[in-house]
Amino acid sequence: MNPKASVKTSQKASKLAETILHIIFIAFSLACILPIVLIVAISFSDEKLLTLQGYKFWPDKLDVSAYQYLFTNSTTLVKAYGVSLSVTIIGTIMAVLLIALYAYPIFRKDFPFKKAFNFYLLITMLFSGGLVPFYLLYVNFLELKDSFAALILPGLSNAFYIFITRTFFQQTIPEEMIESGKLDGASEWRIFFQLVLPISLPVLATVGLFTTLMYWNDWFNSMLFINDTDKFSLQYVMIQMIRQAEFFKNQLAGSGVALMVQEAVPTESLRMAMVVVSIGPILFVYPFFQKYFTKGLTIGAIKG
Amino acid sequence: MLRNVVKHRVLLLMLLPTSLIFFVNCYIPMFGVFIAFKNINYIDGILGSPWTGLDNFRFLFATSDAWRVTINTVSYNVVFIVSGLILSVAVAIAVNEVRAKLASRVYQTIMIMPNFLSMVVVSYIVYAFLHPEYGFLVKYILPLFGYSSVNAYMHPQAWPYILWITKMWHSIGIGSVIYLAAITGISEELYEAAKMDGASKWQQITRITIPLLTPVMVILTILNLGGIFRSDFGLFYHVTLDSGALRSTTDVIDTYVYRGLIQLNDLGMSSAANFYQSVVGFFLVIGANSLARKLNRDTALF
Repeated sequence: MNPKASVKTSQKASKLAETILHIIFIAFSLACILPIVLIVAISFSDEKLLTLQGYKFWPDKLDVSAYQYLFTNSTTLVKAYGVSLSVTIIGTIMAVLLIALYAYPIFRKDFPFKKAFNFYLLITMLFSGGLVPFYLLYVNFLELKDSFAALILPGLSNAFYIFITRTFFQQTIPEEMIESGKLDGASEWRIFFQLVLPISLPVLATVGLFTTLMYWNDWFNSMLFINDTDKFSLQYVMIQMIRQAEFFKNQLAGSGVALMVQEAVPTESLRMAMVVVSIGPILFVYPFFQKYFTKGLTIGAIKG
Repeated sequence: MLRNVVKHRVLLLMLLPTSLIFFVNCYIPMFGVFIAFKNINYIDGILGSPWTGLDNFRFLFATSDAWRVTINTVSYNVVFIVSGLILSVAVAIAVNEVRAKLASRVYQTIMIMPNFLSMVVVSYIVYAFLHPEYGFLVKYILPLFGYSSVNAYMHPQAWPYILWITKMWHSIGIGSVIYLAAITGISEELYEAAKMDGASKWQQITRITIPLLTPVMVILTILNLGGIFRSDFGLFYHVTLDSGALRSTTDVIDTYVYRGLIQLNDLGMSSAANFYQSVVGFFLVIGANSLARKLNRDTALF
């Protein structure tokens, strides 16, 4: 076989391989997206058709009554949205600031207590008291039941993000910069806020995205600590709704009441509409952070 | 010492708020593990309640629950760790082979997306497929195989598969990002040289990429092994809708502790299970880390 022909066949083979790869990944991507599409489709479906035809990807009749109901009749939802939003915003700002404030000293080579404070964090990653003492502390001693603090405080201690941030500082902040800042007579605070933080935006954005997601998606703390309906987070309302629907169905099946409930409220589509409303902000935030996020994740994940 | 404190008072001040939060959230609960050895009642309080030695543990292990949840926890984790590793690496290598850069980025973006959804949302998605009357799978797919009206929430034997698929769907994309970053770190020259020697694509992958990824695979696996007694609470609690009928195959230590604490208010049993989890978890992390140290000094966590 002459060399030209062999190059040609290998090109052909790799073209085939490339096509196969694309097919696999398109299938995989669809598998990732279609379940979300199903939820969206259900939320826009006509309630009567839903009960006849089941959940479909292709609603025969588009219907926005679930959304109308959601925004006009549901004060619980509006309140829950407010709770989730404020907890997320306050929590994220506090968390990012606290993480940076802790990561900075333990990155400084001239800080003599560096090792001790590193160790202080490391212990928390190794051993935990577990759920029971944590719960009793929050409920019995700190008396934080039904408080916003119970939704924010637990998310503020994340050793892993502090280590990621420290590693980022080590890799990007030259010691000379801090030295020269000191020579110019800048205070430690000034060096931190005006020199270090501005060039650390990538890692702050990464950590910020993760904490935003953590707070927005958090249901556990609501489930543990919140009984007051005014303080339910969005995720917790969704938990309640999926359980209650089952409850309704089991308790009232066949009694005629179930039918009445169904007439009045578009339960099935409403629940899915709620899910759509809850994931909307995430899909909106994600693209803004994405470019930082892969980098940040790798730095921290590979060398803790 | 004191001079250092004064000299670095600003840095210490920076550390103060976070240190306090860690003290409250992590350290105080650590000292709370003694609750497992007490017979807690609300009248005497936590400190005043009588000591009972190992009674709580005796009760816990006398029931079949302890073994069931331990076996469930460990076997789910083993399966998740092994298949997660294989699939993440495979996906990372395959994405890296996609030559069209735009397409590759689009695939990556989409694959990571499931990870951004909370387990509550995921539970709704699973429900949308498995709803006993309306679920897409139940209504449109299963009838093709001759099954009609299946209530998956009543069939425990189906759940290892359902949970496995859900877990992989949720985590493979994000898992592969780490390996992908490690692959992009491999020098292009190695591949060029291999090509010169006539290595096929397959040979390049098995002789260059995989060996160079091995250290990352080892560390991540060891770290995961350290967490083998913990589980993704949301996955086991929400996705199953906490259905009592499914417990035989879906109950794990975390859900067991939670139920004991919140629903049954059985503090003794719950904290005993909790203690068991924490202590075994601790030794697993230490063990896994020393293993990592032995394999490669630089890769250990500490």
